[in-house]
Amino acid sequence: MKKYVLKRLLSLLPTIFIVSVVIFLLVHLTPGDPAAAMLGEDATQADIAALHAKLGLDDPLLVQYGRWISNCLRGDFGMSTSVVGKPVLEMIVSHFQPTILLAVYSMLITMLIALPCGMIAARKRGTAADYTVSVVSMLGISLPSFLMGLGLVLLMAVWLRLLPASGYKNPFVDGFLPFLRYMTLPALSLGFIHAGYMMRMTKASMLEVLGSDYIKMARSKGVPERSITFKHAFRNAQLTVITVIGQGFISALAGAAVVERLFNIPGMGSLMVDSIEKRDYQVIQAITLLIAMLNVLINLVIDLIYGAADPRIRLE
Amino acid sequence: MTPSASHTLPFQSPEDMKRIRRQLVREQRALSVRKFFRNKLSVVGLALVMLILACALFAPLITSLMGVDPYTATMSKRYTAPCAEHIFGTDHLGRDIFARVLYGAQISMTVGFTVGLLSALVGVTLGLYASTHKVLDNLLMRVCDGLKAIPNILLAITLMVMLGANMRNVIISLTVVSIPGVARIARSQALLAREQTYVEAMRALGARRERILWRHIAPNIISPVIVQMTFTFATAIISEASLSFLGAGIPSPAPSWGGMLNEARIYLYAGWWMVVFPAIFTALSVLGFNLFGDGLRDLLDPLSGQ
Repeated sequence: MKKYVLKRLLSLLPTIFIVSVVIFLLVHLTPGDPAAAMLGEDATQADIAALHAKLGLDDPLLVQYGRWISNCLRGDFGMSTSVVGKPVLEMIVSHFQPTILLAVYSMLITMLIALPCGMIAARKRGTAADYTVSVVSMLGISLPSFLMGLGLVLLMAVWLRLLPASGYKNPFVDGFLPFLRYMTLPALSLGFIHAGYMMRMTKASMLEVLGSDYIKMARSKGVPERSITFKHAFRNAQLTVITVIGQGFISALAGAAVVERLFNIPGMGSLMVDSIEKRDYQVIQAITLLIAMLNVLINLVIDLIYGAADPRIRLE
Repeated sequence: MTPSASHTLPFQSPEDMKRIRRQLVREQRALSVRKFFRNKLSVVGLALVMLILACALFAPLITSLMGVDPYTATMSKRYTAPCAEHIFGTDHLGRDIFARVLYGAQISMTVGFTVGLLSALVGVTLGLYASTHKVLDNLLMRVCDGLKAIPNILLAITLMVMLGANMRNVIISLTVVSIPGVARIARSQALLAREQTYVEAMRALGARRERILWRHIAPNIISPVIVQMTFTFATAIISEASLSFLGAGIPSPAPSWGGMLNEARIYLYAGWWMVVFPAIFTALSVLGFNLFGDGLRDLLDPLSGQ
């Protein structure tokens, strides 16, 4: 087991390196001069040249990359150009909480919807229930989250006036119940999409497990069907489900941008979108890097869980 | 007909063989088509795809027949609900929504098709060459892993910010985002195909690598690539809509569905029609391509899936 963990940790390093290189190249190789963008249209050549020298944009790419990486490792993600002088890290931290809470809440909703539906669809394969689940999961995969969000807002907020259409309440400051009221629609829109994927994955892995020999053995021993589904089969189908949960969390974080804009939630997604409008490259770079790192980390954790749960994997 | 000495069986001359082969291929194709049409969901998918394509192709014709166009902003007609003259209503600037939705179909179809085709071409080339070179393979896979670690939307947003918001850059960004997926499939299929005996035989005969790759391996990996293309198409439509919704995609006054939803979001209380119609069309197109792709995959690659 230890060797497996070590191997996985070691393979992390080249991946992180490649990711950082890709992000750096994306920002620095595409046309457009950040110095000119920052100074505006009336800047003179001398001004632009001076800013170039100050920001170190004249140095070779390798040096710039090295500088950026060493800064990041020290926690210095640069200064925002839109909110002048504010460190990027501070901006990100202040916008962190709503996005994380939104992602967690939407994952809970996803799991609540998808897991039982997937299991039922696997159990009652070929029946109307299976067909319904197929169609619903198709819808989930096909609808972009903001469509779902707009539909929900129309239904719940405009027509039925049950839930608020926008805004965010901090659960620790304003109370847990207002938080739930404001976050339910966003979390539902975000969560329904991934529920579609998760339903399919759960059904597929449950079907695979239900066809195996030990299940047949349990049936012939007379184990009740419910126990087979929920205890024996699900345990082995769980691994695939865990992978989907991990990836779904990252998708939720990324897709939060759209939902946050729709519901006016001041999270990282909103920050990202605002930075787009204001051409704040530092913030965009930092957020992309952060989420990519999170992605790599979550994949690592999933790999480790796999290795811990399934001995076949760590011994190969 | 006297069989010549070079044939061992009667009725097996080269012309006969060709004829038999052609007939077999024809029958197989008919069987596949029939199998496809038996799957109700795939048929629905195909119908939806055809519908949206028709909207895109005939948008100029239909709108000129109905006397509406997507760009004329009449301030006196703002926020009109669906009526006889404007069957989908008008938006916050008085533009006819029906016309905008139809022209939006043009945008979505163009983006989807171009992204699908370009990413397939580049991805297949990369995947095929990677399957031959060990070094290139490692490099490619590492870069693909790196690109995959960045969620698609974020990558697309970053690219769009750097390049500027217009249709051409949307296509470029979405192609870059889609290439790793296709390259992976092409590479793994090519690696499988290389193990086949006929490739070994060709190499023994001294065939050049390019010839083996393009004339023999490529046609065999076409099916999964085509299936992936349909899903890339669907994803591209969603991504373009999301990008435009966030303001990083095709800017107004272009009638992109995502852009229309972005503009309508503020006026939700003023008119549901501004949101509902673009939303329905977006959903239908993506659903159509996903169902169609599923059906294609069941057809071409029955070993995968549920």
